[in-house]
Amino acid sequence: MTSLPAKTEKKLGLVIDLDTCVGCQACVTNCKQWNTGGHMAPLTDLNAYAAEADGVWFNRVHTYEVTGSTACGASPARNSSSRTMHFPRSCLHCEKPDCVTVCPTGASYKRESDGIVLVNEDKCIGCKLCSWACPYGAREFDVFEGVMKKCTLCVDRIYNENLAEEDRVPACVLTCPTSARHFGDLGDPNSNVSKLVAARGGVDLMPEMGYAPTNKYLPPRARKDTAPAAMPAPELAPAPGGFLGWVDKLLSR
Amino acid sequence: MALVAPRENDGVNTSPTVADEVKTTTCYMCACRCGIKVHLRDGQVRYIQGNRDHPVNKGVLCGKGSAGIMQHYSPARLRKPLKRVGERGASEFAEIEWDEALEIATTWLGDIRKTDPKKLAFFTGRDQSQSLTGWWANQFGTPNYAAHGGFCSVNMATAGIYTIGGSFWEFGEPDWAHTKYFMMFGVAEDHDSNPIKIGLGKLKARGAKFVSVNPAQTGYSAIADEWLGVRPGTDGLFVLALVHELLKAGKVDLDYLVKYTNAPWLVVQAPGSADDGLIARDDQGNPLCWDKTTNAAASALRADVTPALRGAFDVNGKKAVPAFELMAARYLDDAYAPEAVAARCGISAATIKRIAAELAHAAFQETIELPIAWTDWAGRKHDKMVGRPVAMHAMRGISAHSNGFHTCRAIHLLQMLLGTIDVPGGFRYKPPFPRPTPPGPKPAGKAGAKPNTPLGGIPLGFVTGPEDLLLDEAGRAIRIDKAYTWEHPIASHGLMHMVIANAVKGDPYPIDTLFLYMANMAWNSSMNTRATIDMLTAKDESGAYKIPHIIYSDAYFSETVAYADLILPDTTYLERWDCISLMDRPISDAEAASDAIRQPVLQPDRDVRSFQAVLLDLGARLKLPGLVNDDGTPKYPGGYTDYIVNHERAPGIGPLAGWRGPDGAQQGRGNPNPKQLQAYIDNGCFWRGEIPHEAHYFKMANATYLNWAHGMGFLPKPEQIVLQIYCEPLQKFRNAARGAGPVQPPEKDRARIDAYFDPLPIWYAPFDEAAVDTTEYPLHALTQRPMHHYHSWGSQNAWLRQITAQNRLFMHRDTAAARNINDDDWVWITSRAGRVKAQVKLVDGVNRDTVWTWNAIGKRKGAWALAPNAPEATRAFLLNHVISEHLPDGRSNSDPITGQAAWFDVRVKVERAADHEQNDASHDFGELHPPPGITPGPDVLQYGKSFREAAE
Amino acid sequence: MHPAFSVIFFTTASGAGYGLLTVAGVLAVLGLLPQNVWFALACSFTALALITAGLLSSTFHLGHPERAWRAFSQWRTSWLSREGVLALITYIPALGFAVAWAFPQTHVPLAALGALVAVFSMLTVFTTAMIYRSLKPIHAWHNKWVVPCYIVLSLMTGSVILLALSAGLGVTVKFLAAACGVLLAAGLTVKWLYWSFIDETAGPATPASATGLAATGPDVQVRSVEWPHTEANYVMKEMGFAIARKHAGRLRNIAIWLGFLVPAVLIETTILLPQLFSGLLAVPAAMVMAAGVVVERWLFFAEAKHAVTLYYGAQKA
Ligand SMILES: Nc1nc2c(c(=O)[nH]1)N[C@H]1C(S)=C(S)[C@@H](COP(=O)(O)OP(=O)(O)OC[C@H]3O[C@@H](n4cnc5c(=O)[nH]c(N)nc54)[C@H](O)[C@@H]3O)O[C@H]1N2
Ligand SMILES: Nc1nc2c(c(=O)[nH]1)N[C@H]1C(S)=C(S)[C@@H](COP(=O)(O)OP(=O)(O)OC[C@H]3O[C@@H](n4cnc5c(=O)[nH]c(N)nc54)[C@H](O)[C@@H]3O)O[C@H]1N2
Ligand code: SF4
Ligand code: SF4
Ligand code: SF4
Ligand code: SF4
Ligand code: SF4
Ligand SMILES: [Mo]
Repeated sequence: MTSLPAKTEKKLGLVIDLDTCVGCQACVTNCKQWNTGGHMAPLTDLNAYAAEADGVWFNRVHTYEVTGSTACGASPARNSSSRTMHFPRSCLHCEKPDCVTVCPTGASYKRESDGIVLVNEDKCIGCKLCSWACPYGAREFDVFEGVMKKCTLCVDRIYNENLAEEDRVPACVLTCPTSARHFGDLGDPNSNVSKLVAARGGVDLMPEMGYAPTNKYLPPRARKDTAPAAMPAPELAPAPGGFLGWVDKLLSR
Repeated sequence: MALVAPRENDGVNTSPTVADEVKTTTCYMCACRCGIKVHLRDGQVRYIQGNRDHPVNKGVLCGKGSAGIMQHYSPARLRKPLKRVGERGASEFAEIEWDEALEIATTWLGDIRKTDPKKLAFFTGRDQSQSLTGWWANQFGTPNYAAHGGFCSVNMATAGIYTIGGSFWEFGEPDWAHTKYFMMFGVAEDHDSNPIKIGLGKLKARGAKFVSVNPAQTGYSAIADEWLGVRPGTDGLFVLALVHELLKAGKVDLDYLVKYTNAPWLVVQAPGSADDGLIARDDQGNPLCWDKTTNAAASALRADVTPALRGAFDVNGKKAVPAFELMAARYLDDAYAPEAVAARCGISAATIKRIAAELAHAAFQETIELPIAWTDWAGRKHDKMVGRPVAMHAMRGISAHSNGFHTCRAIHLLQMLLGTIDVPGGFRYKPPFPRPTPPGPKPAGKAGAKPNTPLGGIPLGFVTGPEDLLLDEAGRAIRIDKAYTWEHPIASHGLMHMVIANAVKGDPYPIDTLFLYMANMAWNSSMNTRATIDMLTAKDESGAYKIPHIIYSDAYFSETVAYADLILPDTTYLERWDCISLMDRPISDAEAASDAIRQPVLQPDRDVRSFQAVLLDLGARLKLPGLVNDDGTPKYPGGYTDYIVNHERAPGIGPLAGWRGPDGAQQGRGNPNPKQLQAYIDNGCFWRGEIPHEAHYFKMANATYLNWAHGMGFLPKPEQIVLQIYCEPLQKFRNAARGAGPVQPPEKDRARIDAYFDPLPIWYAPFDEAAVDTTEYPLHALTQRPMHHYHSWGSQNAWLRQITAQNRLFMHRDTAAARNINDDDWVWITSRAGRVKAQVKLVDGVNRDTVWTWNAIGKRKGAWALAPNAPEATRAFLLNHVISEHLPDGRSNSDPITGQAAWFDVRVKVERAADHEQNDASHDFGELHPPPGITPGPDVLQYGKSFREAAE
Repeated sequence: MHPAFSVIFFTTASGAGYGLLTVAGVLAVLGLLPQNVWFALACSFTALALITAGLLSSTFHLGHPERAWRAFSQWRTSWLSREGVLALITYIPALGFAVAWAFPQTHVPLAALGALVAVFSMLTVFTTAMIYRSLKPIHAWHNKWVVPCYIVLSLMTGSVILLALSAGLGVTVKFLAAACGVLLAAGLTVKWLYWSFIDETAGPATPASATGLAATGPDVQVRSVEWPHTEANYVMKEMGFAIARKHAGRLRNIAIWLGFLVPAVLIETTILLPQLFSGLLAVPAAMVMAAGVVVERWLFFAEAKHAVTLYYGAQKA
C-alpha cells in the first residue's frame, strides 16, 4: 500500500561518516554480491564484458572536491583549499518519500514496523515513476527484468536467523573496512546511531525536498593544527665550538 | 542485541537460507591475504564474507575481496594447457594434455639443467609462495630467480631491514590504538589494504591527527587532517628539513638513541684509508663507543656504558667520532633548513616548521605510558612502557623513485630521532621482524651455476659488502638481471624489470628459458610495454626467438599469455591449496605471528592445476634434489599439501608454524604433524601465535621478545638488535669505490658508488628527472592503485570493471588552464620514451607539477575475454607506455643501491590533442585473439538468480 | 529527463483526445454542437483513438504491461493511479456522449453527457499534469505552470483537431475558429510563462545540500571528480539527459512556430476565407500544430533537470 504509515515502530537506517570514508568501494561490491543473490535477486548486469556495461547496484560511491567548507582547513598555510570527499549513496529509507506515494500499484511501500522502504517486484509494472520521484537516485531499474529494484536495507540479513547474531547487519556495514558505516534504529534516541548523529552533527541530504531521510551523514570534521607553529628553544644553548650542548647529557645504555 | 523480525505481513522472507555450507579460506584478490568465509549454495558461491576471527581483516572485506565471485567465475579463466602453434603474440595455441605440457617443460628444463642451469630465468611476479619458488630455483641450480619485489618496493624493504631490521611495506604497522600523530608518505592503498583501513578508522574514531604526504589528495589522503601535496621525489628533502628543525630545537630522544640505535658508535675518520667511515671495533668485532664514565673506548654493545654522542676521540691511533655527531652536523647545515628546501618540495617553510613542532609536541609533550612491566636485553627490569605517540608509514611514493632507498632511510632516521620505533604509539614491528642488522643470509650463487647441482642457497639475500656481490672472476654479473653487481649492489629482491631486456641483449648472457609465474610482463608490469613486446618476439639472424622458450603460468587470459610458448593454466584462488608462510611474506601483526592456508572450496570445472602442485611435479620429473627421494621417487607424491605439511627447511621448521609436532601441540618449531592442515581448517584456515604481553613493544631490545622469537626460529640468537642511523655496509661499498679492498668497482661505476653509498641519508634529484630537460618535460606523471582493482586482474571482473573501465589523467585546474586544456579533453602525454593519449579530469587536489592516473586500467584489445569495444581498450590507457626501463645513459632506470624500478621518476609534457583526435585513446596495439576454449563473457549476467529461485 | 517516445506520444495524443472531447462537450452544453452523424462519429472516434493509442503506448512501454491493471489500485496517493482510474472512467461518459451526439434518436441527454465528459476529460488531463507537477525533484515540472500548460494545450490541440475535422467534413462549428485562436494564444502564453519560469529559477537543492554539506560553511562548493561508475547507468540515462542550451533554444522556436504561430495564422485566415477553402487550411494547421506540440512535449522532458544530477556534477537542477 503506497499510503505512508503515519509512524513506524522503528526507524532503521544507516549513518555514514564522510570524515572517515576512503572511497574504497567495499560497501559497493559487498552490497552487490549479497543482493544479487538476495531478496531482490538478481542485480542484472548488461554488457557485462563489453562497452557500455550497465548493472543494477544499490550502493554507489562518488568522489567530490569540496571548497568553502570548515572541513577543508581554511588556514592559508594549507597547500590546498579543497578537500576530496568520498560519498556513498544508497536509499535513505525516507520517512516521507514520494517514491512510495507516487507508485500506482502498491509495489513500492514503506514498512510500518521498521520503516524500510521496499519494492514488491511481483506488483511492480515497471513504470519508473518512483525513480523519478526519488531525488537521491536510489532506485535502480532492472531493464532486463522490467522491474524497479532498490536497497532493501538488507532486510534478508538483519533479521536472518540463519546468520550469526553479529552478522545480522547490512552487508555494506559488515564489510566497511574503516567502520564509516553504522546501522541502527534512528528512532530510538538512545541507540548508538542516534548518539553518533547527535555527537557529530549528522545531517539530512536535500532537506529541502521534505522527504525526511532516515539515513544520516556525518560531515567531514574541521581540520585543526595540533601544536604552536614554533618550537621552543633547545634546553641548552649551543656548546662552545658550535655544536649542540644538550647532547652532552649523561645517558646510559 | 539481535533484531527480531517484525510481523510486517508483506511476504518478505527475512530469514532465507544463505548457505548449504560455509568454508573458510584466504582471499587472493590481492596480497593482503584476508580471511574469508565462503558461503556455498548448490555448489556455487552465494556470498563471501570476511572472517571476523582473522588477524588480518577482522571480518571486513575490501572492494576487491567482495567481488571474488566474479573473479572466480571470470570468462577469462584459462581452461587447459596450451602449446603455441603460431607466431608469438598471434595467440595461436593448441590445447594439450597435462602430461604433454609437463613433458615439454621437463625436456626444456632438463636440457638446461644438464648443461648450464643459469639459462633458466625463473621469475614469479606477484607470487605468494616465494619460499617454495625460491627453494625450487635453488634445487634447480639457477641464480636467476626473483619475484616482483625488485620493481615493487625493494627500496622500502632494503632501507628498512638495513636500518631498523624491519620495514614498512606490510612488515610493520603503526600503533593504531595509541598513536596521536600519524604521518603517511606516498601510500594509495598498500599491501596491508584492510589493516590500514581498519587502523585509519580507529584513528578517526579517536580523533588523532593524520597527516598525509602525497602529491595526490585521494583515498587515504582525502580523510587526512592535513594533506601535504609534496612534489614527487622530494620527500627526502622534506624529511631531512624536519630532522634539521628537530635537531636545532633539541627535540630528539637522546635516551632512545643511546639505548637502541648506533648513534653512539664511533666512526673512524681517516680519509684515504681502508677503514675510513667504518665503525671502530674491538678485537671481537664489537662496535665501540666512547664511555664517558671511564673516558675510554668500550664496546657499544655493553649495558654499563655512558656513551658520548659528540666529540672526537682517539681510538687505536685513529680519530673517531660518534655517528650521532656526523649525523647532526650534516643535517644542521643550512642546506637542510626549511627555507632551503621549501620551493623544491612544494611545501612552505612555515608548514615544515609547524609539522616539526607538531611532531615534537606529540612525541615529547604527549607521551603515553602503558602499565606493562618488561625486561630488556640486559636483564634490566622496567615497570612500564613509555611511548612517544608518533607513527609513520610509507610505501611506493617513496620507493618507486631512484632516490627511494635514501628517502626511506631518512624517514627511519626521523622515527629514530623521535624515539618512535616499536614504542607505544609508534611504528611497530610484526614478527618475524625485527631481524638483525645487517640481515642475513647472503644471496646464493657466488660460485655460479653448475650443471645438475643445486645453487646451495636461496638466490636472494642480503649483501654486507663488495665481497658478497654476485660477480664472476672477470667481474661480470652472475645473474641475468645484474642484481648484486656494481650497478645495483644491494638489489635484495632482484630486478625483474631488467630480465627480458638483458636476456634479449645477451647481456650478461643469453638464456634458454624464461619461466614466468603470474607476472603480466607483456603489459602492465613492464616499463616501456611496446619495447618489451618487441623483445619477447625478437628473433636472431637464424629466425629463432632470442628468448628461445617462454613458459608461463597464469590463471587468466592476460596479455602475456599471447607471448608464451607453453601455458600452464592455474586454478582460481577458491580452487586450490596455498600456504601463506612465515618464510615468505608473513601476515603477522604487531602482537602475534600468523600464517594461513587456502583450501579448495570448489573443484575446478576445467583442466587446470595449481601452479605449486605443477612445480613440485616438474621438480620431481627433473629429479631435483629435495624433490625426490634417494630412489628417485617423488618426495611429495601427495602434491602441494604433502609439501606444506612435510617439508622441513631446517629441522622442525616448515612452511606452517602452527600445530607442529606429532600431536600438534608445538608452534614455530616441531616435527611435521600429519593432521596439521585439518587443525588449520578447524581454526578458520589460519594460525596466530601471540607474542607474550610483556613483549609487545621494544622488540629490538625486549628480552622476552628476543627469546620468544629465537624459540620460534625467527632469530638466530636472542640478542639485542641495534638500529642503524649510520649504515656501515654502504660505506664499505664506498670505500671500495675509493680504492679499498680486493673487490672494486670498474671505473665507470666508481663515482656513482662513491656518490650514492653514503652511510647517512642523502637526497638527490631522481635520475630520469635529472636526465631530461625539465622545461620540455615540466610535469611529473604518477600512477596510483585504485582500491577496487588489483593491477590487471580487475578488468575481467564484471563488477569491478563497472566501477572503473576508463582511467582519466588527473591534472590541476591551473596547470590545465595554462595549456588551454579543458575538463574532459583528450590530451597527449609525452615523455622522452614515448607518448600516449588520455582523457583529462581536472581537480584541485593534486600537486601543480604533477599529473596522475589509476594504474593498470588500460588493457590490450581482446585480452581478458573482454569485447574489443570495451573501454579498457578504447578509452583507457597505460602510463607504462611512456616509462622507460633505461636511462638515457643506458643504465637501468632504477635506484642505484637497490635496483628498485623508478616508475615514478618519469617526466612528461601534456598537450591538448588535435580536434580530430578528441575521441578515444586510439592505441595502435593490435587485437589479441582469445586462445582456444575462451569465449567472451555473456552480455547479460544474472548471477544469483538461481539462489532466489531456490529460496522461493 | 530522458524524452521517451511513449510518454511524449501518450501525453500529447491523449491530451488532444481529452481536449477534443471537452470542447465538444462544452459546445454541446452551449448548444453549439452541430448534429451530424459523420461529424459526431469522426470526432468521437478520433478522440477515443487518440486517447486509447496514447494509453496503450504508455502501457506497452511498461516493464510489465500484463500487470497494468494493478495501477488502478493506489488512487489514494498516486496521481498515476488516479489518472488510470479517471482515464478508464472517462470512457463511460465519452461513449455515452458519442452515442448521444451521433444518434439523437436514442434520446440520451447530450448536454448532460457533454458536461460530464468535459469534466472527466479535464480531470484526467489534470491528473496527468499532476503526475509531473507532484515530482519535487524535478523543478521544471514541480511548478505552478505545469497544470495550466497541460490543460490549455489539451484544449488547444483538441479544439484545433475538432476544427480540422469539421472543416474536413464541411461542417460549420460557430465560434470554433475564434476559440482556437484564443486557445492557441493562451497556449503560447502559458508555455511562454512556463519557459520563463524554468529559465529564471532553479530547484531548491544544490550540490552542497545534496551532500549534506550546505551547513558546514558560508560558501560551500561541491564539484564532482569521479562518478561511481565510469559508464552511464540507469539513473543517468533516465534522469541525466541533458540538452545543450543552444539546441533547446532552437527547438523552442520550432515549437513556438509550429505549435502555435503557424496554426494560429492558418486558422484565423480560414475565418476570412470561404467555407470551401477553410478545410484546406485547418487540416494542415492541425498537422503542423501536432508536430509543434510533439517538439514542445519533447522539450518538456529534455529540458527538465532532475535533482539527482546534482550528484553527477550539475551545479543546479
Ligand atoms: N605504471 C606503473 N606500472 C606498475 C606499477 C606502478 O605503480 N605504475 N607497479 C608495479 C608493481 S609494484 C607491481 S607489483 C607490478 C605488478 O605487476 P604484475 O605482477 O604483472 O601484476 P598483475 O597485473 O597482478 O599480473 C599478474 C598476473 O597474474 C595473473 N594471475 C592472477 N591470479 C592468478 C593465479 O591465481 N594464478 C596464476 N598463475 N596467475 C594469476 C594475472 O592474470 C596476471 O596476468 O606492476 C608494476 N607496474
Ligand atoms: N587495491 C590494490 N591494492 C594493492 C595493489 C593494487 O594493484 N590494487 N597493488 C599491491 C602492490 S603490488 C603494491 S606494491 C602496493 C603499493 O601500494 P602503494 O604504496 O599504496 O602504491 P601506489 O598506488 O603506487 O601509491 C603510491 C602513492 O604514492 C604517491 N606518490 C608518488 N610519488 C610520490 C612522492 O614522491 N612522494 C610522496 N609522498 N608520494 C608519492 C602516489 O600519489 C600514490 O598515492 O599495493 C598493493 N595493494
Ligand atoms: S566501505 Fe566504507 S570506506 Fe569504503 S567506500 Fe564504503 S563507506 Fe567508504
Ligand atoms: S531515498 Fe529515494 S528511494 Fe529511498 S526512500 Fe527516499 S525517496 Fe525513496
Ligand atoms: S516502477 Fe514499480 S515500484 Fe516504481 S512506481 Fe512503478 S510500479 Fe511502483
Ligand atoms: S543496506 Fe544492504 S542493500 Fe542497502 S546499500 Fe547496504 S548492503 Fe546494499
Ligand atoms: S584486501 Fe581485499 S582483496 Fe586483498 S586479500 Fe583482503 S579482502 Fe582480499
Ligand atoms: Mo608491487
